[in-house]
Amino acid sequence: MRDDYPRSLEILEIEKEAKDLFTIFVKNTLDDFVPGQFVMVWIPRVDEKPFGVSYLEKDRIGITFEVKGKFTKKLASTKKAGIIGIRGPYGIGFPEPDSSTIVIGGGCGVSSLAPLIEKVKKSNSIIGARSKDMLLFRNRFKDAHFTTDDGTFGKKGFVTEILEEKISAPDKVSQVFCCGPEIMMSRVIEICKKHRKKCFISMERYMKCGFGVCGQCMCGDKVVCKEGPVFESKDVEGNPEFNHFARIKSGKKVPVSDYVRWRSCE
Amino acid sequence: MITIKSDFLGMKLSNPLILASGIMGISVGSMKKIADNGAGAVTIKSISKEERSGHNNPTMFSFGDVFMNAVGYSNPGMVEAKKEFSDIDRIGVPVIGSVIGTEADDFVAVIEELKDIKFGAIEIPLSCPHTPGFGVLAGQGTPEATYRITKAVRKATRLPIIIKLSANAPDLTIVAKAAEKAGADAINMGNTHGPGMRIDIDSGKPILDFKVGGISGPAITPVTVRCVYDLYESIKTPIIGTGGITTGRDAIEMMMAGASALGVGTGIYYRGFDVFKKIANEMKDWMKKKGHLSLKEIIGVAHEG
Repeated sequence: MRDDYPRSLEILEIEKEAKDLFTIFVKNTLDDFVPGQFVMVWIPRVDEKPFGVSYLEKDRIGITFEVKGKFTKKLASTKKAGIIGIRGPYGIGFPEPDSSTIVIGGGCGVSSLAPLIEKVKKSNSIIGARSKDMLLFRNRFKDAHFTTDDGTFGKKGFVTEILEEKISAPDKVSQVFCCGPEIMMSRVIEICKKHRKKCFISMERYMKCGFGVCGQCMCGDKVVCKEGPVFESKDVEGNPEFNHFARIKSGKKVPVSDYVRWRSCE
Repeated sequence: MITIKSDFLGMKLSNPLILASGIMGISVGSMKKIADNGAGAVTIKSISKEERSGHNNPTMFSFGDVFMNAVGYSNPGMVEAKKEFSDIDRIGVPVIGSVIGTEADDFVAVIEELKDIKFGAIEIPLSCPHTPGFGVLAGQGTPEATYRITKAVRKATRLPIIIKLSANAPDLTIVAKAAEKAGADAINMGNTHGPGMRIDIDSGKPILDFKVGGISGPAITPVTVRCVYDLYESIKTPIIGTGGITTGRDAIEMMMAGASALGVGTGIYYRGFDVFKKIANEMKDWMKKKGHLSLKEIIGVAHEG
Protein backbone atom coordinates (compact mmCIF):
# COMPACT_ATOMS: atom_id res chain seq x y z
CA MET A 1 0.00 0.00 0.00
CA ARG A 2 1.15 3.50 -0.74
CA ASP A 3 1.80 6.16 1.86
CA ASP A 4 1.86 9.79 0.80
CA TYR A 5 2.12 11.99 3.85
CA PRO A 6 4.85 14.51 4.70
CA ARG A 7 7.84 13.02 6.55
CA SER A 8 9.35 15.50 8.99
CA LEU A 9 13.01 16.33 8.47
CA GLU A 10 15.41 18.65 10.25
CA ILE A 11 16.96 21.40 8.21
CA LEU A 12 20.69 20.60 8.13
CA GLU A 13 21.84 23.82 6.54
CA ILE A 14 20.45 26.94 4.95
CA GLU A 15 22.62 28.81 2.48
CA LYS A 16 22.25 32.07 0.63
CA GLU A 17 22.84 31.62 -3.11
CA ALA A 18 22.13 35.14 -4.37
CA LYS A 19 20.14 38.21 -3.34
CA ASP A 20 16.76 36.60 -2.65
CA LEU A 21 17.74 33.03 -3.43
CA PHE A 22 18.36 30.44 -0.72
CA THR A 23 18.98 26.71 -0.50
CA ILE A 24 17.84 24.50 2.36
CA PHE A 25 19.48 21.12 2.88
CA VAL A 26 17.77 18.11 4.44
CA LYS A 27 18.62 14.41 4.71
CA ASN A 28 18.17 12.52 1.44
CA THR A 29 15.25 10.17 2.05
CA LEU A 30 14.12 9.97 -1.59
CA ASP A 31 14.02 6.66 -3.42
CA ASP A 32 15.25 6.74 -7.01
CA PHE A 33 14.95 10.46 -7.58
CA VAL A 34 15.18 11.54 -11.23
CA PRO A 35 16.17 15.19 -11.84
CA GLY A 36 13.11 17.11 -12.97
CA GLN A 37 10.84 15.31 -10.52
CA PHE A 38 9.60 17.33 -7.57
CA VAL A 39 8.85 17.06 -3.88
CA MET A 40 6.11 18.68 -1.79
CA VAL A 41 7.61 20.82 0.98
CA TRP A 42 5.46 21.34 4.07
CA ILE A 43 5.90 24.05 6.67
CA PRO A 44 3.60 22.97 9.50
CA ARG A 45 0.61 25.31 9.94
CA VAL A 46 1.71 27.44 6.96
CA ASP A 47 1.32 25.66 3.61
CA GLU A 48 2.79 22.99 1.34
CA LYS A 49 4.27 23.64 -2.12
CA PRO A 50 6.07 21.76 -4.91
CA PHE A 51 9.83 22.28 -5.45
CA GLY A 52 12.52 20.81 -7.63
CA VAL A 53 15.72 19.39 -6.14
CA SER A 54 18.86 21.45 -6.84
CA TYR A 55 21.47 19.38 -4.98
CA LEU A 56 21.23 15.62 -5.19
CA GLU A 57 23.84 14.09 -2.92
CA LYS A 58 24.04 10.65 -1.35
CA ASP A 59 23.22 11.87 2.15
CA ARG A 60 21.37 15.10 1.57
CA ILE A 61 19.26 17.04 -0.90
CA GLY A 62 19.10 20.78 -1.45
CA ILE A 63 16.05 22.78 -2.45
CA THR A 64 16.70 26.23 -3.91
CA PHE A 65 13.97 28.86 -3.85
CA GLU A 66 13.41 32.54 -4.46
CA VAL A 67 11.94 34.52 -1.58
CA LYS A 68 8.70 35.96 -2.93
CA GLY A 69 5.48 35.23 -1.07
CA LYS A 70 4.39 34.16 2.41
CA PHE A 71 5.62 30.58 2.05
CA THR A 72 9.14 31.28 0.79
CA LYS A 73 9.59 34.13 3.31
CA LYS A 74 8.79 31.66 6.05
CA LEU A 75 11.09 29.02 4.53
CA ALA A 76 13.98 31.49 4.34
CA SER A 77 13.48 32.43 8.00
CA THR A 78 13.51 28.77 9.08
CA LYS A 79 16.57 28.10 11.21
CA LYS A 80 18.98 25.21 11.10
CA ALA A 81 17.38 22.26 12.99
CA GLY A 82 13.93 23.64 12.18
CA ILE A 83 11.43 21.07 10.93
CA ILE A 84 9.84 20.82 7.51
CA GLY A 85 7.95 17.93 5.93
CA ILE A 86 8.81 16.33 2.60
CA ARG A 87 6.76 13.95 0.48
CA GLY A 88 7.55 12.58 -2.94
CA PRO A 89 9.32 12.36 -5.29
CA TYR A 90 6.50 12.91 -7.75
CA GLY A 91 6.03 13.19 -11.49
CA ILE A 92 8.20 12.39 -14.45
CA GLY A 93 11.72 13.82 -14.67
CA PHE A 94 14.12 14.41 -17.55
CA PRO A 95 15.54 11.52 -19.58
CA GLU A 96 19.19 10.56 -19.10
CA PRO A 97 21.38 13.27 -20.70
CA ASP A 98 24.13 12.35 -23.17
CA SER A 99 27.34 14.22 -23.95
CA SER A 100 25.64 16.48 -26.51
CA THR A 101 22.64 17.45 -24.39
CA ILE A 102 22.16 21.19 -23.95
CA VAL A 103 20.70 22.25 -20.59
CA ILE A 104 19.04 25.65 -20.30
CA GLY A 105 17.77 27.23 -17.10
CA GLY A 106 16.10 30.61 -16.72
CA GLY A 107 15.69 32.33 -13.35
CA CYS A 108 14.82 29.93 -10.56
CA GLY A 109 14.14 27.25 -13.19
CA VAL A 110 17.81 26.34 -13.19
CA SER A 111 17.46 24.85 -9.70
CA SER A 112 15.69 21.69 -10.87
CA LEU A 113 18.23 21.31 -13.70
CA ALA A 114 21.30 21.67 -11.47
CA PRO A 115 21.73 17.91 -10.77
CA LEU A 116 21.77 17.42 -14.57
CA ILE A 117 24.29 20.21 -15.12
CA GLU A 118 26.51 18.27 -12.71
CA LYS A 119 26.43 15.40 -15.21
CA VAL A 120 26.82 17.19 -18.56
CA LYS A 121 29.63 19.27 -20.02
CA LYS A 122 29.46 22.64 -18.32
CA SER A 123 30.04 24.31 -21.67
CA ASN A 124 26.74 22.75 -22.79
CA SER A 125 24.86 24.52 -19.99
CA ILE A 126 23.22 27.90 -20.32
CA ILE A 127 22.04 29.76 -17.24
CA GLY A 128 20.19 33.06 -17.42
CA ALA A 129 18.59 35.60 -15.11
CA ARG A 130 17.32 39.16 -15.20
CA SER A 131 20.36 40.44 -13.35
CA LYS A 132 23.54 39.29 -11.57
CA ASP A 133 21.71 39.55 -8.22
CA MET A 134 19.30 36.87 -9.32
CA LEU A 135 21.71 34.58 -11.11
CA LEU A 136 22.07 31.12 -9.61
CA PHE A 137 25.16 28.90 -9.36
CA ARG A 138 27.75 31.16 -11.05
CA ASN A 139 30.39 29.78 -8.68
CA ARG A 140 29.08 26.20 -8.70
CA PHE A 141 29.20 25.90 -12.50
CA LYS A 142 32.06 28.23 -13.44
CA ASP A 143 32.38 26.97 -17.02
CA ALA A 144 28.70 27.26 -17.91
CA HIS A 145 27.41 30.03 -20.19
CA PHE A 146 25.72 32.83 -18.28
CA THR A 147 23.41 35.53 -19.57
CA THR A 148 21.72 38.44 -17.83
CA ASP A 149 19.00 40.62 -19.32
CA ASP A 150 20.82 43.75 -18.10
CA GLY A 151 24.39 42.61 -18.81
CA THR A 152 25.55 42.77 -15.17
CA PHE A 153 27.10 39.28 -15.51
CA GLY A 154 28.00 37.06 -18.47
CA LYS A 155 26.58 37.87 -21.86
CA LYS A 156 23.95 40.59 -22.05
CA GLY A 157 20.79 39.11 -23.51
CA PHE A 158 18.76 35.92 -23.38
CA VAL A 159 19.64 32.24 -23.01
CA THR A 160 18.00 31.60 -26.38
CA GLU A 161 20.70 33.60 -28.17
CA ILE A 162 23.38 31.20 -26.91
CA LEU A 163 21.18 28.25 -27.83
CA GLU A 164 20.91 29.58 -31.40
CA GLU A 165 24.71 29.81 -31.64
CA LYS A 166 25.18 26.28 -30.33
CA ILE A 167 22.43 24.70 -32.37
CA SER A 168 23.92 26.15 -35.57
CA ALA A 169 26.51 23.38 -35.20
CA PRO A 170 23.82 20.66 -35.27
CA ASP A 171 26.16 17.68 -34.88
CA LYS A 172 27.14 18.91 -31.44
CA VAL A 173 23.57 19.02 -30.16
CA SER A 174 21.48 15.88 -29.58
CA GLN A 175 18.65 17.28 -27.47
CA VAL A 176 17.74 20.25 -25.28
CA PHE A 177 16.48 20.25 -21.66
CA CYS A 178 14.90 23.44 -20.43
CA CYS A 179 13.25 24.93 -17.35
CA GLY A 180 12.24 28.54 -16.86
CA PRO A 181 9.47 31.02 -17.62
CA GLU A 182 7.01 29.62 -20.18
CA ILE A 183 7.65 32.43 -22.62
CA MET A 184 11.32 31.43 -22.65
CA MET A 185 10.55 27.69 -22.94
CA SER A 186 8.18 28.44 -25.76
CA ARG A 187 10.97 30.20 -27.65
CA VAL A 188 13.36 27.30 -26.94
CA ILE A 189 10.77 24.87 -28.35
CA GLU A 190 10.51 26.97 -31.54
CA ILE A 191 14.28 26.99 -32.02
CA CYS A 192 14.53 23.23 -31.45
CA LYS A 193 11.67 22.59 -33.84
CA LYS A 194 13.35 24.65 -36.54
CA HIS A 195 16.54 22.62 -36.12
CA ARG A 196 14.71 19.32 -35.63
CA LYS A 197 16.12 18.65 -32.19
CA LYS A 198 14.32 16.88 -29.39
CA CYS A 199 13.36 19.23 -26.60
CA PHE A 200 12.15 18.56 -23.05
CA ILE A 201 10.65 21.30 -20.90
CA SER A 202 9.56 21.42 -17.26
CA MET A 203 6.25 23.05 -16.40
CA GLU A 204 5.08 24.69 -13.21
CA ARG A 205 1.46 24.90 -12.02
CA TYR A 206 -0.22 25.45 -8.66
CA MET A 207 -0.61 22.02 -7.09
CA LYS A 208 -2.54 20.40 -4.28
CA CYS A 209 -2.11 16.62 -4.25
CA GLY A 210 1.03 16.29 -6.38
CA PHE A 211 0.06 12.72 -7.34
CA GLY A 212 -2.59 13.03 -10.04
CA VAL A 213 -5.86 13.04 -8.13
CA CYS A 214 -7.26 16.54 -7.71
CA GLY A 215 -6.87 18.04 -11.20
CA GLN A 216 -5.75 21.45 -9.89
CA CYS A 217 -2.63 21.53 -12.11
CA MET A 218 -4.39 20.71 -15.41
CA CYS A 219 -2.81 22.40 -18.44
CA GLY A 220 -5.12 21.62 -21.37
CA ASP A 221 -5.36 17.84 -21.42
CA LYS A 222 -2.22 17.33 -19.33
CA VAL A 223 -2.04 16.54 -15.62
CA VAL A 224 1.20 18.38 -14.88
CA CYS A 225 2.01 16.67 -11.54
CA LYS A 226 1.54 13.15 -12.89
CA GLU A 227 2.17 13.22 -16.66
CA GLY A 228 4.83 15.93 -16.22
CA PRO A 229 6.20 18.21 -14.95
CA VAL A 230 8.74 17.33 -17.67
CA PHE A 231 7.17 17.00 -21.11
CA GLU A 232 8.66 16.39 -24.51
CA SER A 233 7.85 19.49 -26.55
CA LYS A 234 5.73 17.55 -29.04
CA ASP A 235 3.37 16.69 -26.17
CA VAL A 236 2.62 20.33 -25.36
CA GLU A 237 2.64 21.63 -28.92
CA GLY A 238 -0.80 23.01 -29.69
CA ASN A 239 -1.79 22.86 -26.02
CA PRO A 240 -4.08 25.91 -25.73
CA GLU A 241 -3.01 26.62 -22.14
CA PHE A 242 0.79 26.21 -22.24
CA ASN A 243 2.38 29.70 -22.17
CA HIS A 244 -1.14 31.21 -22.10
CA PHE A 245 -3.19 30.16 -19.07
CA ALA A 246 -2.76 28.65 -15.62
CA ARG A 247 -5.09 27.97 -12.70
CA ILE A 248 -5.05 29.85 -9.41
CA LYS A 249 -6.02 28.22 -6.12
CA SER A 250 -9.79 28.40 -6.75
CA GLY A 251 -9.30 26.55 -10.02
CA LYS A 252 -10.03 29.69 -12.04
CA LYS A 253 -8.11 29.82 -15.30
CA VAL A 254 -6.22 33.11 -15.74
CA PRO A 255 -3.53 34.43 -18.15
CA VAL A 256 -0.04 33.16 -17.22
CA SER A 257 1.13 36.70 -16.37
CA ASP A 258 -1.70 37.09 -13.82
CA TYR A 259 -0.92 33.63 -12.47
CA VAL A 260 2.76 34.51 -11.96
CA ARG A 261 1.80 37.72 -10.16
CA TRP A 262 -0.70 35.85 -7.95
CA ARG A 263 1.74 33.07 -7.15
CA SER A 264 4.49 35.47 -6.10
CA CYS A 265 2.25 36.60 -3.22
CA GLU A 266 1.24 33.11 -2.10
CA MET B 1 -23.27 -11.68 -24.14
CA ILE B 2 -22.29 -10.10 -20.82
CA THR B 3 -23.12 -6.42 -20.47
CA ILE B 4 -22.56 -3.91 -17.69
CA LYS B 5 -24.44 -1.18 -19.54
CA SER B 6 -26.58 0.82 -17.23
CA ASP B 7 -29.58 3.09 -17.70
CA PHE B 8 -29.34 5.43 -14.75
CA LEU B 9 -31.77 8.37 -14.33
CA GLY B 10 -32.27 8.37 -18.09
CA MET B 11 -28.53 8.54 -18.73
CA LYS B 12 -27.22 5.77 -20.95
CA LEU B 13 -24.01 4.57 -19.33
CA SER B 14 -21.55 2.11 -20.86
CA ASN B 15 -20.89 0.95 -17.29
CA PRO B 16 -22.18 1.97 -13.84
CA LEU B 17 -18.90 3.64 -12.76
CA ILE B 18 -19.23 7.38 -12.20
CA LEU B 19 -16.34 9.72 -11.44
CA ALA B 20 -17.13 11.09 -7.97
CA SER B 21 -17.22 14.85 -7.45
CA GLY B 22 -14.07 16.59 -6.20
CA ILE B 23 -11.60 14.43 -8.09
CA MET B 24 -10.35 15.36 -11.57
CA GLY B 25 -13.55 17.34 -12.17
CA ILE B 26 -11.93 20.72 -12.59
CA SER B 27 -12.14 21.09 -16.38
CA VAL B 28 -13.45 19.55 -19.58
CA GLY B 29 -9.86 18.37 -20.24
CA SER B 30 -9.57 16.57 -16.90
CA MET B 31 -12.98 14.89 -17.22
CA LYS B 32 -12.35 13.86 -20.82
CA LYS B 33 -9.23 12.07 -19.59
CA ILE B 34 -11.37 10.13 -17.11
CA ALA B 35 -14.02 9.36 -19.75
CA ASP B 36 -11.28 8.15 -22.10
CA ASN B 37 -10.12 5.88 -19.27
CA GLY B 38 -13.47 4.13 -19.11
CA ALA B 39 -15.82 6.02 -16.75
CA GLY B 40 -19.53 5.58 -17.54
CA ALA B 41 -20.23 9.16 -16.41
CA VAL B 42 -18.34 11.96 -14.69
CA THR B 43 -19.21 14.53 -12.02
CA ILE B 44 -17.79 18.06 -12.00
CA LYS B 45 -16.05 19.50 -8.97
CA SER B 46 -18.76 21.28 -6.97
CA ILE B 47 -19.63 24.84 -7.97
CA SER B 48 -20.79 27.59 -5.61
CA LYS B 49 -22.25 31.02 -6.31
CA GLU B 50 -19.01 32.86 -5.52
CA GLU B 51 -15.38 31.94 -6.25
CA ARG B 52 -13.74 30.04 -3.36
CA SER B 53 -10.04 29.49 -2.73
CA GLY B 54 -10.57 26.62 -0.31
CA HIS B 55 -8.14 25.59 2.41
CA ASN B 56 -4.35 25.88 2.33
CA ASN B 57 -2.18 22.85 1.63
CA PRO B 58 -1.70 20.16 2.75
CA THR B 59 -5.19 19.50 1.46
CA MET B 60 -4.73 15.76 0.97
CA PHE B 61 -2.50 12.81 1.83
CA SER B 62 -2.70 9.07 2.42
CA PHE B 63 -1.76 6.50 5.03
CA GLY B 64 -2.09 3.12 3.35
CA ASP B 65 -5.81 2.32 2.96
CA VAL B 66 -6.85 5.68 4.38
CA PHE B 67 -6.97 8.81 2.25
CA MET B 68 -7.74 12.18 3.80
CA ASN B 69 -8.65 15.52 2.31
CA ALA B 70 -9.77 18.98 3.31
CA VAL B 71 -9.84 20.90 0.05
CA GLY B 72 -12.61 23.22 1.23
CA TYR B 73 -14.70 23.47 -1.93
CA SER B 74 -12.24 25.52 -3.96
CA ASN B 75 -13.98 26.42 -7.21
CA PRO B 76 -14.03 29.36 -9.63
CA GLY B 77 -17.65 30.30 -8.91
CA MET B 78 -20.73 29.91 -11.10
CA VAL B 79 -19.98 32.65 -13.65
CA GLU B 80 -16.55 31.26 -14.46
CA ALA B 81 -17.90 27.69 -14.35
CA LYS B 82 -20.36 28.54 -17.10
CA LYS B 83 -17.39 29.28 -19.39
CA GLU B 84 -15.28 26.37 -18.11
CA PHE B 85 -17.97 23.77 -18.81
CA SER B 86 -19.48 25.30 -21.96
CA ASP B 87 -18.23 22.46 -24.19
CA ILE B 88 -18.88 19.39 -22.03
CA ASP B 89 -20.10 17.52 -25.13
CA ARG B 90 -16.41 16.96 -25.85
CA ILE B 91 -16.18 14.67 -22.79
CA GLY B 92 -18.18 11.95 -24.57
CA VAL B 93 -20.06 10.54 -21.55
CA PRO B 94 -22.90 12.00 -19.45
CA VAL B 95 -21.78 14.76 -17.06
CA ILE B 96 -23.35 15.35 -13.64
CA GLY B 97 -23.30 18.94 -12.34
CA SER B 98 -22.46 19.17 -8.65
CA VAL B 99 -23.86 22.29 -7.00
CA ILE B 100 -23.21 23.62 -3.49
CA GLY B 101 -24.57 26.46 -1.43
CA THR B 102 -25.17 27.66 2.10
CA GLU B 103 -28.83 28.66 1.83
CA ALA B 104 -31.40 26.93 -0.39
CA ASP B 105 -31.44 30.07 -2.59
CA ASP B 106 -27.72 29.68 -3.34
CA PHE B 107 -28.25 26.23 -4.86
CA VAL B 108 -31.08 27.62 -6.97
CA ALA B 109 -28.95 30.56 -8.15
CA VAL B 110 -26.14 28.25 -9.33
CA ILE B 111 -28.58 25.91 -11.10
CA GLU B 112 -30.13 28.92 -12.88
CA GLU B 113 -26.72 30.24 -13.96
CA LEU B 114 -25.65 26.83 -15.32
CA LYS B 115 -28.99 25.97 -16.94
CA ASP B 116 -27.64 26.00 -20.51
CA ILE B 117 -24.93 23.46 -19.75
CA LYS B 118 -26.03 20.03 -20.89
CA PHE B 119 -25.74 18.14 -17.63
CA GLY B 120 -27.36 14.72 -17.42
CA ALA B 121 -28.28 15.26 -13.76
CA ILE B 122 -27.67 17.65 -10.87
CA GLU B 123 -25.98 16.42 -7.71
CA ILE B 124 -26.47 18.22 -4.40
CA PRO B 125 -23.97 17.24 -1.70
CA LEU B 126 -25.37 18.02 1.76
CA SER B 127 -22.63 16.10 3.47
CA CYS B 128 -19.12 17.62 3.22
CA PRO B 129 -17.45 17.10 6.63
CA HIS B 130 -14.80 19.84 6.44
CA THR B 131 -16.05 23.12 4.97
CA PRO B 132 -17.63 25.80 7.19
CA GLY B 133 -20.90 27.05 5.70
CA PHE B 134 -21.51 23.87 3.71
CA GLY B 135 -22.65 20.30 4.24
CA VAL B 136 -22.47 18.77 7.69
CA LEU B 137 -20.80 21.85 9.22
CA ALA B 138 -23.80 23.93 8.11
CA GLY B 139 -26.36 21.45 9.38
CA GLN B 140 -27.46 20.54 5.85
CA GLY B 141 -27.52 16.84 6.68
CA THR B 142 -30.54 16.96 9.00
CA PRO B 143 -33.87 15.62 7.65
CA GLU B 144 -35.40 19.15 7.83
CA ALA B 145 -32.58 20.93 5.97
CA THR B 146 -32.33 18.11 3.42
CA TYR B 147 -36.06 18.37 2.73
CA ARG B 148 -35.94 22.17 2.45
CA ILE B 149 -32.96 22.30 0.08
CA THR B 150 -34.12 19.37 -2.08
CA LYS B 151 -37.57 20.95 -2.40
CA ALA B 152 -36.06 24.27 -3.57
CA VAL B 153 -33.78 22.51 -6.06
CA ARG B 154 -36.72 20.41 -7.33
CA LYS B 155 -38.55 23.62 -8.27
CA ALA B 156 -35.46 25.00 -10.02
CA THR B 157 -34.68 22.18 -12.44
CA ARG B 158 -36.29 19.42 -14.50
CA LEU B 159 -33.04 17.45 -14.56
CA PRO B 160 -32.79 14.38 -12.34
CA ILE B 161 -31.62 15.32 -8.83
CA ILE B 162 -29.12 13.26 -6.83
CA ILE B 163 -28.77 14.07 -3.13
CA LYS B 164 -25.41 13.09 -1.65
CA LEU B 165 -25.56 12.05 1.99
CA SER B 166 -23.13 11.44 4.83
CA ALA B 167 -22.55 8.00 6.34
CA ASN B 168 -22.15 9.83 9.64
CA ALA B 169 -25.81 10.81 9.80
CA PRO B 170 -27.28 9.10 12.90
CA ASP B 171 -30.71 9.08 11.23
CA LEU B 172 -29.55 8.14 7.73
CA THR B 173 -32.72 6.46 6.48
CA ILE B 174 -34.85 9.36 7.75
CA VAL B 175 -32.64 11.87 5.90
CA ALA B 176 -32.86 9.78 2.73
CA LYS B 177 -36.66 9.57 3.02
CA ALA B 178 -36.82 13.36 3.46
CA ALA B 179 -34.84 13.81 0.23
CA GLU B 180 -37.07 11.31 -1.56
CA LYS B 181 -40.24 13.01 -0.33
CA ALA B 182 -38.95 16.40 -1.51
CA GLY B 183 -38.44 15.05 -5.04
CA ALA B 184 -34.93 13.58 -5.21
CA ASP B 185 -34.48 11.07 -8.04
CA ALA B 186 -31.49 9.28 -6.52
CA ILE B 187 -29.34 9.15 -3.42
CA ASN B 188 -25.55 9.20 -3.55
CA MET B 189 -24.30 7.23 -0.54
CA GLY B 190 -22.09 9.03 0.20
CA ASN B 191 -19.51 11.60 1.05
CA THR B 192 -16.14 11.19 2.78
CA HIS B 193 -16.32 10.10 6.42
CA GLY B 194 -15.27 11.70 9.66
CA PRO B 195 -13.85 14.24 9.76
CA GLY B 196 -10.64 12.73 11.04
CA MET B 197 -7.27 14.13 12.01
CA ARG B 198 -3.66 13.00 11.88
CA ILE B 199 -0.88 14.74 13.74
CA ASP B 200 2.75 14.76 12.66
CA ILE B 201 4.44 13.79 15.91
CA ASP B 202 7.82 15.35 15.06
CA SER B 203 6.41 18.85 14.64
CA GLY B 204 3.43 18.19 16.90
CA LYS B 205 1.08 19.73 14.33
CA PRO B 206 -1.98 18.40 12.50
CA ILE B 207 -0.98 17.57 8.91
CA LEU B 208 -4.03 19.03 7.15
CA ASP B 209 -3.95 22.80 7.20
CA PHE B 210 -7.65 22.76 8.10
CA LYS B 211 -6.60 20.28 10.80
CA VAL B 212 -9.54 17.92 10.07
CA GLY B 213 -10.62 16.30 6.84
CA GLY B 214 -12.88 13.75 5.20
CA ILE B 215 -11.76 10.12 5.05
CA SER B 216 -11.96 8.04 1.89
CA GLY B 217 -10.08 5.07 0.42
CA PRO B 218 -10.50 1.28 0.67
CA ALA B 219 -10.76 1.47 4.48
CA ILE B 220 -14.28 2.96 4.36
CA THR B 221 -15.80 0.34 2.01
CA PRO B 222 -17.53 -1.70 4.77
CA VAL B 223 -19.33 1.39 6.06
CA THR B 224 -20.53 2.29 2.55
CA VAL B 225 -21.77 -1.25 1.98
CA ARG B 226 -23.76 -1.15 5.24
CA CYS B 227 -25.25 2.29 4.46
CA VAL B 228 -26.25 1.25 0.92
CA TYR B 229 -27.78 -1.95 2.35
CA ASP B 230 -29.83 0.02 4.89
CA LEU B 231 -31.04 2.54 2.31
CA TYR B 232 -32.06 -0.18 -0.15
CA GLU B 233 -34.41 -1.56 2.51
CA SER B 234 -35.98 1.81 3.27
CA ILE B 235 -36.21 3.92 0.08
CA LYS B 236 -37.40 3.36 -3.48
CA THR B 237 -35.10 5.76 -5.34
CA PRO B 238 -31.96 4.32 -6.89
CA ILE B 239 -28.69 4.53 -4.98
CA ILE B 240 -25.17 5.44 -6.11
CA GLY B 241 -22.70 3.62 -3.85
CA THR B 242 -19.65 5.82 -3.28
CA GLY B 243 -16.88 5.27 -0.76
CA GLY B 244 -13.92 2.95 -1.05
CA ILE B 245 -14.64 1.19 -4.35
CA THR B 246 -11.26 0.24 -5.75
CA THR B 247 -11.70 -3.18 -7.39
CA GLY B 248 -14.28 -5.10 -9.39
CA ARG B 249 -15.07 -7.16 -6.30
CA ASP B 250 -15.84 -3.96 -4.33
CA ALA B 251 -18.11 -2.85 -7.18
CA ILE B 252 -20.05 -6.13 -7.28
CA GLU B 253 -20.35 -6.13 -3.50
CA MET B 254 -21.76 -2.58 -3.51
CA MET B 255 -24.34 -3.59 -6.13
CA MET B 256 -25.34 -6.67 -4.14
CA ALA B 257 -25.99 -4.30 -1.22
CA GLY B 258 -28.35 -2.37 -3.48
CA ALA B 259 -26.45 0.24 -5.48
CA SER B 260 -27.47 0.63 -9.12
CA ALA B 261 -24.55 2.96 -9.93
CA LEU B 262 -21.12 3.38 -8.35
CA GLY B 263 -18.99 6.41 -7.50
CA VAL B 264 -15.23 6.10 -7.87
CA GLY B 265 -12.89 8.89 -6.73
CA THR B 266 -9.97 7.98 -4.51
CA GLY B 267 -9.68 4.73 -6.50
CA ILE B 268 -7.76 6.84 -9.04
CA TYR B 269 -5.07 7.40 -6.43
CA TYR B 270 -4.69 3.68 -5.76
CA ARG B 271 -4.90 2.36 -9.33
CA GLY B 272 -4.46 5.27 -11.76
CA PHE B 273 -6.77 7.09 -14.19
CA ASP B 274 -7.67 3.77 -15.82
CA VAL B 275 -9.13 2.42 -12.57
CA PHE B 276 -12.49 2.67 -14.40
CA LYS B 277 -11.41 0.32 -17.19
CA LYS B 278 -9.81 -2.02 -14.67
CA ILE B 279 -12.90 -2.22 -12.43
CA ALA B 280 -15.23 -2.67 -15.43
CA ASN B 281 -13.10 -5.54 -16.75
CA GLU B 282 -12.90 -7.16 -13.33
CA MET B 283 -16.70 -6.94 -13.01
CA LYS B 284 -17.17 -8.58 -16.41
CA ASP B 285 -14.64 -11.32 -15.63
CA TRP B 286 -16.44 -12.13 -12.39
CA MET B 287 -19.86 -12.13 -14.10
CA LYS B 288 -18.56 -14.47 -16.79
CA LYS B 289 -17.23 -16.86 -14.19
CA LYS B 290 -20.55 -16.82 -12.34
CA GLY B 291 -22.73 -16.96 -15.44
CA HIS B 292 -24.36 -13.52 -14.96
CA LEU B 293 -25.40 -11.64 -18.08
CA SER B 294 -26.42 -8.25 -16.72
CA LEU B 295 -26.22 -6.08 -13.61
CA LYS B 296 -29.95 -6.56 -12.92
CA GLU B 297 -29.09 -10.05 -11.72
CA ILE B 298 -26.75 -8.64 -9.11
CA ILE B 299 -28.34 -5.46 -7.73
CA GLY B 300 -29.77 -6.04 -4.26
CA VAL B 301 -29.23 -9.82 -4.17
CA ALA B 302 -27.83 -9.58 -0.64
CA HIS B 303 -31.38 -8.79 0.52
CA GLU B 304 -32.93 -12.01 -0.77
CA GLY B 305 -33.85 -14.83 1.57
